Amino acid sequence: MTERRGRSAPSTRSEHPAHPWDERTLRGLIPRVLAGLLRRGEEFDVAEDALQEALVDALRAWPERPPRNPEAWLTTVATRRLVDARRSAAARGRREEAVATEAPAGPTENGDDTLLLLFCCCSPDLSPASQMALTLRAVAGLTTQEIAEAFAVPEATMAQRISRAKRQVRGRPLNQPGDLAVVLRVLELVYVTGHRGRVDLTTEAIRLARQLILATDEPEARGLLAMMLLNHARLPARLDAHGHIVPLDRQDRSLWNVAEITEGIALVQSALAVQSNERPPGRYQIEAAIAALHDDAPSADETDWIQILEWYDSLVALTDDPIRQDPASLLGRAVAVGHVDGAPAGLREIGNLRTVMGRHHRWHAALGYLSELGGDLPGAADAYAAAARLAIDVAERDHLVRHAARLRSAS
Amino acid sequence: MTKYLLLKHYRGGPDPHHPFPPMDEWDPAAVDAHMAFLGHVTDMLDERGELVGVQALTPDRTWVRYGGPDAAPVTTDGPHPETSDLIAGWYLVDVDSRERALEIAAYVSSEPGHDGEPLYEWIDVRQIMDGGTSRG
Repeated sequence: MTERRGRSAPSTRSEHPAHPWDERTLRGLIPRVLAGLLRRGEEFDVAEDALQEALVDALRAWPERPPRNPEAWLTTVATRRLVDARRSAAARGRREEAVATEAPAGPTENGDDTLLLLFCCCSPDLSPASQMALTLRAVAGLTTQEIAEAFAVPEATMAQRISRAKRQVRGRPLNQPGDLAVVLRVLELVYVTGHRGRVDLTTEAIRLARQLILATDEPEARGLLAMMLLNHARLPARLDAHGHIVPLDRQDRSLWNVAEITEGIALVQSALAVQSNERPPGRYQIEAAIAALHDDAPSADETDWIQILEWYDSLVALTDDPIRQDPASLLGRAVAVGHVDGAPAGLREIGNLRTVMGRHHRWHAALGYLSELGGDLPGAADAYAAAARLAIDVAERDHLVRHAARLRSAS
Repeated sequence: MTKYLLLKHYRGGPDPHHPFPPMDEWDPAAVDAHMAFLGHVTDMLDERGELVGVQALTPDRTWVRYGGPDAAPVTTDGPHPETSDLIAGWYLVDVDSRERALEIAAYVSSEPGHDGEPLYEWIDVRQIMDGGTSRG
């Protein structure tokens, strides 16, 4: 199977400057067209299949003959596909009552379509894996093959996961409100899945979050987009020429993406501006604020650890019992404490987390970091070696082993 | 074409050709050389159209079995967790012959160690049976 929608638009499009379109604008139409079909009373699973076929047709036809109205073109072709599907289903002898059912057209909405579809795809009844897969297919417009590649599973597995998820949301009314917190969590999971093969889910998550903030004023949505941008800005410096991980304090900051940092800082500031003591900022805004302080520092030594520690204090205050409910934030806070009050203070904080996080590689990596900060190179090497044994990512494990070896040879 | 599973082990198998220290005690340049060699093996198999899959496993192991009706699953880390055979990862290759599978395994085993000399690591070569279910 060939890749149907590559990273760049077909080269022939430049021959038609009067009717510019590219993959990005095409995929931006998906939520509106799909929502239109659903409002007409079509079932989610068949409508989504029909739209996918229409998208394939569009990529074949548009380079030669760009449409005057792309949205209407897709709706017409998808509708034709739906009719074809019903005919062949009827020909197979299956009763098809929906043929006669012509639902009245609902009010046409635009910006909210994305939000309503996200609520549908991120239905709390679905598992996170299904929520992500369905969102990437029905809202982001990725092919099943691309989604399978991004999650490193066979295409048949992903096709099954998606069709099962579509059956589960079948019949759910489109105008039903959903849980925005679940949507934000799903987009965050898409982002952290990252970049694999030809598929870059970091940019897909950012694209979805951009669509989302057009549909909601919720500050946490802007906080999430800001957090993604402020982390994404550092990705060009995260790997060296050999593909080895470079930790934050050793990255070449001239490689960071200034445009993304500027946009991320503006977004988190605008989100924080509408917050108050009665309505304190949520997790994503706080994590974005911490990322912004790292991004803003001209060098690792000039990082404003005092402010970072204050934000970590706000982060751990979000839960009643952070040592059980949010130990990862306490771990980040311990590193900040190490920088503000000295490595021994940070190591004391880390020690409190051993019972809940001692089986986690991040705990040992933080122990290694603070030991190194305090000048205990053999202790740091031991901690990094222990972290490597518990790591679950090959690149991260290799980085931890290398760092342990470097510290041993230096001490 | 026949598929073979080439298994690397954290421990177990025949007596090692020679003892060597854990990798975090190697010279950093030797660590780099070792990892670069493994990356090169994957690229070579991929380029020749012989690579079906390559995966690494964490050393964390749990044995689990059905606990019986109305009982929780039973788990253990094994009768001899410190000495039992422990798989570290595998290459799944699709090759013309058994000889080619052994050749690949021997090449993997020549990976450079802490002193830059080959590790002579034992590789467990297992033929995949035809007719099993496969999805992709």
